[in-house]
Amino acid sequence: MPDIKITPLGAGQDVGRSCILLSMGGKNIMLDCGMHMGYNDERRFPDFSYIVPEGPITSQIDCVIISHFHLDHCGALPYMSEMVGYTGPIYMTHPTKAIAPILLEDMRKVAVERKGESNFFTSQMIKDCIKKVTAVTLHQSVMVDNELEIKAYYAGHVLGAAMFWIRVGSQSVVYTGDYNMTPDRHLGAAWIDKCRPDLLISESTYATTIRDSKRCRERDFLKKVHECVEKGGKVLIPVFALGRAQELCILLETYWERMNLKYPVYFALGLTEKANNYYKMFITWTNQKIRKTFVQRNMFDFKHIKPFDKSYIDNPGAMVVFATPGMLHAGLSLNIFKKWAPYEQNMLIMPGFCVQGTVGHKILNGAKKVEFENRQVVEVKMAVEYMSFSAHADAKGIMQLIQYCEPKNVLLVHGEAQKMEFLKDKIEKEFKISCYMPANGETTVINTPTKIPIDVSLRLLKAEAVRYNAQPPDPKRRRVVHGVLCVKDNRLSLLDLDEICDEIGINRHVIRFTSTVRFDDPGPSVKTAEKLKTLLAEKLQGWSITISDGNISVESVLIKVEGDDDSTKSIYVSWTNQDEDLGSYILGLLQSMVQ
Amino acid sequence: MKLYCLSGDAAKPCFVLSFKELLIMLDCGLSAHSLLSFLPLPPVPSTRLAALPAYSPPHVSDPLLDGELKECCGRVFVDSVPEFCPPLDKVVDFSQLDVILISNYTCMLALPFVTEDTGFKGRVYATEPTLQIGRFYLQELAEWLAPGAGGARAARRWKELLHVLPPPLAHARPRAWRRLFSRAALERSLARVRVVGYDERVDVFGALHATPVSSGYCLGSANWVLRSAHEKVAYVSGSSTLTTHPRPINQAALRGADLLLLCALTQTPAHNPDHMLGDLCVHAGVTLRAGGAVLCPVYPSGVLYDLLECLSAHLEGAGLAHVPLYVLSPAADASLAYSNILAEWVSAGKQARVYLPEEPFPHAALARGGRLRHARALADDALADFRQPCVVFAGHPSLRCGAAVHLLELWGASAAHAVIFTEPDFPHQEALAPFQPLAIKAFHCPIDTSLNFAQAGKLVRELRPRELALPEQYAGARPALAADVPTLLLRRGAARAPAVRRRAARAELCGELAARAAPRELRAGLRAAPLSAALRVRDARLTLEPAAGAGAALHWSALDVPALVAALAREGVGEARVEAGADGCIVHLPRHDTLVHVERHATHVFCEGRADVRQALRRALAACLPHI
Ligand SMILES: [Zn+2]
Repeated sequence: MPDIKITPLGAGQDVGRSCILLSMGGKNIMLDCGMHMGYNDERRFPDFSYIVPEGPITSQIDCVIISHFHLDHCGALPYMSEMVGYTGPIYMTHPTKAIAPILLEDMRKVAVERKGESNFFTSQMIKDCIKKVTAVTLHQSVMVDNELEIKAYYAGHVLGAAMFWIRVGSQSVVYTGDYNMTPDRHLGAAWIDKCRPDLLISESTYATTIRDSKRCRERDFLKKVHECVEKGGKVLIPVFALGRAQELCILLETYWERMNLKYPVYFALGLTEKANNYYKMFITWTNQKIRKTFVQRNMFDFKHIKPFDKSYIDNPGAMVVFATPGMLHAGLSLNIFKKWAPYEQNMLIMPGFCVQGTVGHKILNGAKKVEFENRQVVEVKMAVEYMSFSAHADAKGIMQLIQYCEPKNVLLVHGEAQKMEFLKDKIEKEFKISCYMPANGETTVINTPTKIPIDVSLRLLKAEAVRYNAQPPDPKRRRVVHGVLCVKDNRLSLLDLDEICDEIGINRHVIRFTSTVRFDDPGPSVKTAEKLKTLLAEKLQGWSITISDGNISVESVLIKVEGDDDSTKSIYVSWTNQDEDLGSYILGLLQSMVQ
Repeated sequence: MKLYCLSGDAAKPCFVLSFKELLIMLDCGLSAHSLLSFLPLPPVPSTRLAALPAYSPPHVSDPLLDGELKECCGRVFVDSVPEFCPPLDKVVDFSQLDVILISNYTCMLALPFVTEDTGFKGRVYATEPTLQIGRFYLQELAEWLAPGAGGARAARRWKELLHVLPPPLAHARPRAWRRLFSRAALERSLARVRVVGYDERVDVFGALHATPVSSGYCLGSANWVLRSAHEKVAYVSGSSTLTTHPRPINQAALRGADLLLLCALTQTPAHNPDHMLGDLCVHAGVTLRAGGAVLCPVYPSGVLYDLLECLSAHLEGAGLAHVPLYVLSPAADASLAYSNILAEWVSAGKQARVYLPEEPFPHAALARGGRLRHARALADDALADFRQPCVVFAGHPSLRCGAAVHLLELWGASAAHAVIFTEPDFPHQEALAPFQPLAIKAFHCPIDTSLNFAQAGKLVRELRPRELALPEQYAGARPALAADVPTLLLRRGAARAPAVRRRAARAELCGELAARAAPRELRAGLRAAPLSAALRVRDARLTLEPAAGAGAALHWSALDVPALVAALAREGVGEARVEAGADGCIVHLPRHDTLVHVERHATHVFCEGRADVRQALRRALAACLPHI
């Protein structure tokens, strides 16, 4: 039995960084190449030495597939391609190819310029890396080489996020990346067809959440913002330029519109247009509603959200400001924070993860005082809220996806071990299929049934169809073909006897047997034949029995009745050598019938 | 396999391929040449058109014909709602169609004629830009010509009297002409379309795969590759090897087909599109500088984008950047906005702009800067400050409906203005005929980027199909196109059978069954073994699984009779008597009541003895004949 092997280098029973090795049919595929945001040292990147302790990595990996632009899925890609030296093909969707380099650059700046890290990729490396990427469109069937085929499906989650179907020979795997089965404010729901892969590798971030908790978080967020501005407070939301920022903007924009609010909402200048432009231009990747209305009104042309000017920091009264960067480690968001933190009517909302060493990280850990390089100490009296808005499938969604694509096995990644355990149980019970959840570095081996392509002769199939259709319909009846398996140039075919003789260049020798049964039955022989047919049909229910011109056929056995009207009849039973079992059985049957 | 041709217009094709028990329609083109027989339908009433003299054929007095025909400068036109020539509906029953595959938006406009009120139950596949831009084309036509759109009457009587009418009406075949479908039918029809992407394999009822591949002609334009396990048919319609705004043609996918069906080649083989674009810019520049206005009768998408890009750059270089460009169409807003969100469908150069991120086409920037204005119609509020000189792009290229009709009525009398024809679908003199006499300058700069005969011939040589099929209109160009490839010519209303023959179906053999068979080498490089298999059919996919039975036993070569007699003796069946017969010999086994007729390729055993004699005979025969 051929195997499929899966080894997570990241995302095995954790949510830190996705990087999964997949081997099947002699091909090695890397699924995502993420960075761990919680580490500053070499643990940040996947352990590529696992793949090959020394020497070039390119010969060991046939292709790298990136599911979406989140750094925990693509953050280590420039490291792999520019520093480890991978030169093979890399695939991602067009929006991912457009947006990933911007996030990578943001991340690089934090790591190098703020934290002074060395051994990190450079801006040029990011550009060089992205140049090597092949962009794919949804449902496009891409042949990586003669045997390896990949195809992207819509995954929701973030703009351009995709699930990938991967096939080598008759084996196939679906890798979901992060996905979302319910449409959200700007994206549609993930979709896949009934592709029946041997294995589905699914994320399981929200493995135990059943209800639509994202809506609750959104309501919570809006309520908190509203309460704060109502009391005259200022709300600071540090964001990165792309991704969550647009979703939160849409959220606030529609809320402001619905509630008819007049409090000013600002987005850090310069970023707005550029970032939102990506969304405008890839609007075909957003949800149905946004796509339908974009000519009249582009959802990313915000009415209520205005560009922010530095001078607004000291404006009196309520306001909401989106400012970059997202971890409060530098720039505008930090400047605003310093000014607003000491007042308790203000509020800070952190919509994403913060790496260690950033101001954001300290505050989220409850720091009430933050000291800066110039000995400046800022007291944090403003309210601090952490809210995650990432769109992932919940348990219901994961079960739904399994139902859609009907995999033969499921493997869970990108989740917490305990929650995975619960879901694994549920999947195995409900779908009666095996479910795996390997830890990082642990290899799971999945056996798949062998399926060999074979060409079946149309003559053989037609002959079978004629036999099959001659019988009364019975869905339980087995359809059987008898032929000769022929192996030539490593290709298999199933031929009928004449075809195989032609193929080999030989003359077939047909052997036929005929035996006679005597039957004392006066009257015309046609009547006798009719009588026999009725008797046989009673005995052999479900068999193909036909009569024409006084000749009866039972499957492939021929029966012929001869004799004068007033004398004993001769019943000839005739069959070819290969039908010996059937022929002798019917002969015996007739012999017993006439006695 | 059979191929039916339902369209008489090679640029607006419609074929039906019957293959593997499926009926597959390839394109659904709407021939609009018929429009030219009609008087224009002006968006605002025209006193000139209303005042044209009625025509009645000499020596014929038919009150039913009254007012149906009018004359303009010696040409006779039908005064009625213009009609189109949809694909033939008598050759193939549309309710039996399984699939319709659309290659590009210029070849789908007859879709509602095929899918609505015909009992059609199949699926329609097109790329996303094809669906959206095709919708713009259809909505535009519907706005002008759908039932209820205009007040014009529907003339019918003239169709009965063709024999007494002057040419070109006398040569028309108007019985098959139809008025445009209703808007409701249009919407219902488009709602059936399933969107596909380039290189997406569409499973067609499990019997074959259909894949659209980029054809380089316009946004979302596709050639279709139909593949079963053993046959490959390539349908090449509206392709271009020139570099314009769409994704380049994917030739590799079309290689080595059993059948290549080639259509929608250029309609203006004598005109080089690049030169024409240059000419257009020059004519427009000269006219504008002299204070005249320029009218370009165009469709709402396609070459229009290139025209806007090139002309705006040319005018800027010529110091005419202040001249406004107008696009007038019910679909103008949508078409211009939509073109800029198709990052995945444009050329690499345009795609690179998206990564910056900037719009792939410059017309968004032109519109923001106020140089380009677009509106549904001339009377639109958005055009309150309409000023001349200007360039107006407006439909319809036939000059029988849309804003272009009105503008030509306005500007036709002045030699200062110019009308420049770029769309290749209509002969420009005929388009202008009902507006004569005209003083306006008319320029013919057709821009048809689809393959010319030389390019198509080169493509055929590179693709190496086993067989080629062409609409009969290309018969004259056959030497250039086909070279030495066997070629079928397709005539409207006729069916032809390509030589492709199917002999086998693809199945999957399960490993267990494969392991059971022990194939023997029967000649160098060929091994064989009898095999019986249970046949499972699921979604038209075949699987072979283990089943009872030993497979088909095969014996071959001639029987050596003395060897048989010896073998029988070894089995204890003795006293055989051999007698020569007509075609071989007869072996008598009198003690066992058995006769064996031996011929060169057959042995027939008449066995009246016990069953064990028959088994002995079978063993003896097996010992004397090579078999598996
Ligand atoms: Zn993610």
